[in-house]
Amino acid sequence: MRAAAAVLVVTVALLVAVPARASEKHPTLAELEGEVMCLVCATTLDQSHSPFAERERALIRRLIAAGYTKSQIKDRLVAEYGEEILAAPPQHGFNLIAWVLPIVGVIAAGVVLGWLAWRWSHGRKEPPTPKPPGAPPLDPELERQLDAELARFDG
Amino acid sequence: MTVGAKRAAQALAVALVAALLGLLVWKVAHGSGKTSEPENFTLSRLDQPGKLELASLRGKVVVLNFWASWCVPCKEEAPEIEKLWQQFRSRGVVVVGVDSKDATEDARSFMRRYGITYPVVHDGGGDLWGPYGVTGVPETRLISRTGKFAPTQFAGAVKAADLRAGIEQALRT
Repeated sequence: MRAAAAVLVVTVALLVAVPARASEKHPTLAELEGEVMCLVCATTLDQSHSPFAERERALIRRLIAAGYTKSQIKDRLVAEYGEEILAAPPQHGFNLIAWVLPIVGVIAAGVVLGWLAWRWSHGRKEPPTPKPPGAPPLDPELERQLDAELARFDG
Repeated sequence: MTVGAKRAAQALAVALVAALLGLLVWKVAHGSGKTSEPENFTLSRLDQPGKLELASLRGKVVVLNFWASWCVPCKEEAPEIEKLWQQFRSRGVVVVGVDSKDATEDARSFMRRYGITYPVVHDGGGDLWGPYGVTGVPETRLISRTGKFAPTQFAGAVKAADLRAGIEQALRT
């Protein structure tokens, strides 16, 4: 069973890794269009047909034809237009905050929700009803009758 | 939650809102290009190797023309601006083209095609748009000899006569 699971994991990893490597070495315009921005329209390139977008597409086509890898194309676009050209911020330096902050936020929200749930479930115990001051103790005979009545209901 | 913790949370929320408002005010004041003095820049030149710093042009009237090779109206005005550059360069006027949101090879091809000989810098990401109050291309701004913005700002393809009048006025101030 364990061996089968390991084979499955390795197969899935290979299925994911092989296209990723192929995409890095031989990128297509279609996949890059979703990963870079049209600076004039503030949308990803695949959403725009503005003159700027058409020029950007032409540049990407030229770079693909020249044999550039996906990373090299992105580096060239950054050199031309700055980091704003990337749809997702790079995972280093100050931009790392954009990647880390959502995860930290989700974890913090989970902790807060868990704490609130714990408090809600443990902190709502009804305080014992205090005996009214000065109430006389129950007559032993009455108490016996009450127990008998209750036992009858339970039975 | 105790009363003290609640007060602290409220104070923190108010401080956060105040900080965000302050940031907004600062951004509006510094990012709209409405200040009288243009922000200095140092950008790579496209017409020749090296960089150009705006501050180095102090003492001259500077015509800053924002353009891009993909912009249709820029093609209309480019020959006119080149003519004005030739006409005024001996009178202490410098035309500086700011190629914005554009690839360098497209820009150079545009410059060759329209015979641009004035200095051109590359602002690929359009970083100067905010500080200079530019909203699109083409746009032209004039800077006086004292390094202050001239009041006139030309949005869209500038007419030669209008720009000439603007330059003459800037030369008089």
